[in-house]
Amino acid sequence: MLLLNTIAEFFQNYTIQIVFTGSLILGITAGCLGTFAVLRQQSLLGDAIAHATLPGVCLAFLITQTKNPFVLLLGAGISGWIASLFLKLIVENTKLKKDAALGIILSVFFGLGLLLITIVQKLPTATKAGLDKFIFGNAATLLKQDVMMMSAFSIFIFLVLIVFWKEFKILVFDRDYAASQGMPVHFFDVFLTTLIVIAIVIGLQTVGVVLMSAMLVAPAAAARQWTDRLGVMLFLSALFGAISGTFGAITSSMVSNLPTGPTIVIFLSIFVLVSLVFAPNRGLLWDWIRSYRNRKTILTTTMLQNLLLFSEIQTDPFHPHDISALKAIGRGAIDKTMKELSRKGWAQQFEDKRWALTPKGLDKARKLTKEYEETISGFSSA
Amino acid sequence: MDSHQLDILILAALTAVTCALPGVFLVLRRVSLMSDAISHAILLGIVVAFLFTKKLASPWLVIGAAVVGVLTVSLTELIINTRKLKKDAAIGLVFPLLFSIGVILINKYIQGVHLDADCVIFGEIAFAPFDRFVINHIDLGPRSLWTTGAVFLLNLTFILVFYKELKLTTFDKGLAAALGFFPTLLNYLLMTIVSVTAVASFESVGSILVVALMIAPPSAAYLLTNRLSTMILISGILGILSALGGYFLAYVLDASISGSMATFAGILFFLALIFAPEKGILAKILVRRWKKWNFASETLSVHLLQAEYAHAEETERVVSHMSDHMLWNDDYTSEAIAQAIEDGLIRKEGNRLTLTPLGREKAKNILEKK
Repeated sequence: MLLLNTIAEFFQNYTIQIVFTGSLILGITAGCLGTFAVLRQQSLLGDAIAHATLPGVCLAFLITQTKNPFVLLLGAGISGWIASLFLKLIVENTKLKKDAALGIILSVFFGLGLLLITIVQKLPTATKAGLDKFIFGNAATLLKQDVMMMSAFSIFIFLVLIVFWKEFKILVFDRDYAASQGMPVHFFDVFLTTLIVIAIVIGLQTVGVVLMSAMLVAPAAAARQWTDRLGVMLFLSALFGAISGTFGAITSSMVSNLPTGPTIVIFLSIFVLVSLVFAPNRGLLWDWIRSYRNRKTILTTTMLQNLLLFSEIQTDPFHPHDISALKAIGRGAIDKTMKELSRKGWAQQFEDKRWALTPKGLDKARKLTKEYEETISGFSSA
Repeated sequence: MDSHQLDILILAALTAVTCALPGVFLVLRRVSLMSDAISHAILLGIVVAFLFTKKLASPWLVIGAAVVGVLTVSLTELIINTRKLKKDAAIGLVFPLLFSIGVILINKYIQGVHLDADCVIFGEIAFAPFDRFVINHIDLGPRSLWTTGAVFLLNLTFILVFYKELKLTTFDKGLAAALGFFPTLLNYLLMTIVSVTAVASFESVGSILVVALMIAPPSAAYLLTNRLSTMILISGILGILSALGGYFLAYVLDASISGSMATFAGILFFLALIFAPEKGILAKILVRRWKKWNFASETLSVHLLQAEYAHAEETERVVSHMSDHMLWNDDYTSEAIAQAIEDGLIRKEGNRLTLTPLGREKAKNILEKK
């Protein structure tokens, strides 16, 4: 009960409410769109676009002289969108590859933003325009109107995703087929990129331009490990984004000197790491277990067949043999495998360290050899 | 121009060339974004080294940066090798994490030193002349000029010594491996060079603008030449131009020098993108147009020649007949006729078209080529 009360009191704090809602919206939206970015191998597009929003923010301020978040974010969106068109122009018209185009767009737009920021900071009208919070983001400075606007943007994104779900799905998995069926794929490319620009704009004030890309990539990369279905991946990605977003934002606004963007990235990375290792089926842990089991099976069958070969030298198949000739397999592996064989009751060791098959082991070895030969002949006849 | 401005200008140009040298190979190897990843991630190495040594001038900072730079590359490749994630996602996951840890360490444990996240992102070349390199009370100029100069020599030596190896591993990795050139080892060497360059440059131009200087001039150079040696030379020249142009842009606008340098590098790239001979967008449009009208005028001459062969000149030579015969619209036809007359392939007499000797020659050649 005490815990519940603490939580209830915690959420009565106005700033916490705003920060919580803002980062929740951001996490869900970025998680959803990140799914498409990661599947389309455009993970670094977000990085470039996020950096490219900076000059837009500054220009919007220089032109209108207001700090109205809607105006600044509109500038950010336009500038990010123009950057994405430049990217398309470079990649489609030159032999330069996507990586170089992204690097140029990212750094040059950001440099332009920096140039403009220093101009803004020297204006007599704005002693400190607060534009630099767009670089690292600061959840604690979010206002109610910011959160309202973020919700409006993200509702728009969700409506679009629902309406064009089928189109986006086929664009992700088989773009060529979509084009052959007469779908305007170039239009949908730009459309999807536009949605990503909007998602980035939503996150600018909270995580900033430098780390916004992680907000898109990480939840989707983690979610990818748990499922092969787009819908499920989208849901999980939104969930991971929401959890890391809210945890990160609230932690950073409660602990002093803890910037929001980097804190969220730490939480996101934990999700990615856990997913990479533990996700059922795809996780690395299961890979390791599978390969350990495979290795063990291969070693036991090899050893058993070797013992069978030995046993065929003598008239008595259960006559003990010195197995040191097999040390090419590896001493550690031999000891472990022989232990395993004796545990299964397929082989036994005599007092003079020599080994022999048991009747059960002999049966098993003959069966394995027969199966092996059948498989081989199956291959050669096929 | 006073001596401080000259110091800044020289430092800016030197930084630009130093960045352009490894940048050429990043662009050609299609790993440009590793410069972005490395220039962010090395912050962690610098911060950790600083926490141990408590000195900003310590060489351990460079070593720390280089170690984390290589760590970034190996972690990224580790993730790619698990085949759980694609290359782009792996890059996009590793460097934000390392950078974030760096930023958090700075915010929590380092105060009152000129090492904060802003300085890392922006760099401030304008302050560089005030940090002097003094030995035995003799002023040897700005300290960053010496560090950048050292890294410039390192990069130049690296490229000169390993030119052949770099060239082969860049253009044919498989052959390089087959001939025993250790492409992986060379790749890690290159990434170490990138890390060292980034740490030496980012103090003056900031981590993101290191990316601009590493990628934009070599990309522009790539559009201007097909030779590796020429490309390195042009990249260096474009780098210096970006530095000079950027400096004066900053001077005129009273704005950030590093921001202006990146902007100027971008402008130079954009000019190359549009105007580069052969590979520029304008050249491509002109070639496409030329091909289109060249084809049209040649088609016309072939048609007229066939009409001569068939003795059907009276009906086939009439201007008004061309559109029907070729399935062209009238505007296109008159444009094509004008082009053919300009090329000296045909003559127009009244409403009749006649082949010139040159046109007849050309049309015959085209037909015989079949």
